Amino acid sequence: MEIFLQQIINGLVQGSVYALVALGYTMVYGILGLINFAHGEVVMVGAMLALSALTAMLGWGAPPLLALPISLILAMLGCMVLGYGIERIAYRPLRHAPRLAPLITAIGVSIVLQNLAMMIWGRQYHAFPQLVANQPHLIGGAIINDIQIIIFILALAIMAGLIVVVHRTRLGRAMRAVAENQHAAQLMGVDINRVISITFMLGSALAAIAGVMVSANYGLAHYYMGFLLGLKAFTAAVLGGIGNLRGAMLGGLLLGLIESLGAGYIGDMTGGFLGSHYQDVFAFFVLIAVLVFRPSGLLGERIAERA
Amino acid sequence: MHEINLTPLLEVRDLQVAYGAIHAVKGIDLHIGSGELVALIGSNGAGKTTTLKTLAGLLHPASGQIQYGGENLNNIAAHRRVAMGIALVPEGRGVFARLTVAENLLMGAYSRNDRHEITTDLERMCALFPRLAERRGQLAGTLSGGEQQMVAMARALMSSPRLLMLDEPSMGLAPLMVQKIFETIRDIAALGMSILLVEQNARLALQAASRGYVMESGAITLSGASGELLGSDAVQRAYLGG
Repeated sequence: MEIFLQQIINGLVQGSVYALVALGYTMVYGILGLINFAHGEVVMVGAMLALSALTAMLGWGAPPLLALPISLILAMLGCMVLGYGIERIAYRPLRHAPRLAPLITAIGVSIVLQNLAMMIWGRQYHAFPQLVANQPHLIGGAIINDIQIIIFILALAIMAGLIVVVHRTRLGRAMRAVAENQHAAQLMGVDINRVISITFMLGSALAAIAGVMVSANYGLAHYYMGFLLGLKAFTAAVLGGIGNLRGAMLGGLLLGLIESLGAGYIGDMTGGFLGSHYQDVFAFFVLIAVLVFRPSGLLGERIAERA
Repeated sequence: MHEINLTPLLEVRDLQVAYGAIHAVKGIDLHIGSGELVALIGSNGAGKTTTLKTLAGLLHPASGQIQYGGENLNNIAAHRRVAMGIALVPEGRGVFARLTVAENLLMGAYSRNDRHEITTDLERMCALFPRLAERRGQLAGTLSGGEQQMVAMARALMSSPRLLMLDEPSMGLAPLMVQKIFETIRDIAALGMSILLVEQNARLALQAASRGYVMESGAITLSGASGELLGSDAVQRAYLGG
């Protein structure tokens, strides 16, 4: 029972990070019908930027509780500029090209970012400084620590905030209008390029937060960390129904749970033949299963509605 | 009597529009005075929709000039023309199906900043289209075709335009609803708004308008007062089935 509860806690924490990243995929897909495969690298850049800012500030003797939020904000700003740049350079010129073309530039951007990161930050794993005391708490025999609590609550708050922005503000209305019909949105006076840029910047800011969360949770950052995380978050977005905000949130949390429960019990299920290091396999089983049995995802609409 | 204003609100000179190799509009001239209701009629594929889209800025002219309120529109982006007072109700309505009726109307007011006036205008739209008032909170995609046409018109009016362009407002609607839509168009015109009405239903359009243009394969072949056009043999034969 303790193990079960522990896996639930771990799954929800990891899942909330997936959800934040999945939102970036789903917002861009919703508005442009494009999978931004470079999004995982934005997560990595966010983590790396935060790490550099944090190291520098701690080196100058800044108090850790001040340095952490400042480096988070710097990472968000950096990633927003990056997200804007990616759209401007790699996607906008191909807006009317066949759909395969921007997919290929996305992979190109991804490779460029990975290699740039490797040149700047090196190939080694970086220790992400532990700044919060990170007290462990015991609930029902399972352990949850401060960082995990902060990650989970912050992620939920950000998701709630995003729902409010998209459904209750003028900007959110414009985003939904552009997602549905770009020509009609222009006829309302919406500068669609501006709305698309803002969407990329919002998604990238969420990616930066997710990157800092992952690094703080595992205490590590690495130039290659965005690749697998990005693929899993993409899986989460597909699971929830790509293009659907609530779907990305649900898909992220579910994928976190599936992964963590799967890793926790795979040893028992296979009589010790497979161990918890097969954790990563579950996400892709989920991806294949969704694509085969329910391609529109859990909360997704029928594809016909997008035509 | 038909020349209400000496300097027209909109003046189009030798407008040409092409999609790749297809020359859809081949050098047309037209003008609309302020407060005038002008009909642009013609058969399917004559270039009427292309003309409207170009005036709204969704398409770019190959050559020619569009003057609006003394300004040259050629290099002004579509979304900026809305703030200048040009509104287009597109063919097929272009209603945002996944937004509520109220949200659709607010999208119409997107380029305005006068919050109080927007609220008053929302109330005016509810008075003009009582059906929409009942359905404000409903997703626009769940409405009937006629109701969606009302949403599209109310939404365009929410931008408080000086020039309202309507593309086939009667398309796909039941006769009773068509009558209703045309009554509303007359009401709006009576308020002094300039209207450019594109219709395949030539009789209805010419009865509502004071002047008309007839378009055929990308060119304007006839123009004049609505009464003259309604009486002319060519129009009778081609568009009025008589």
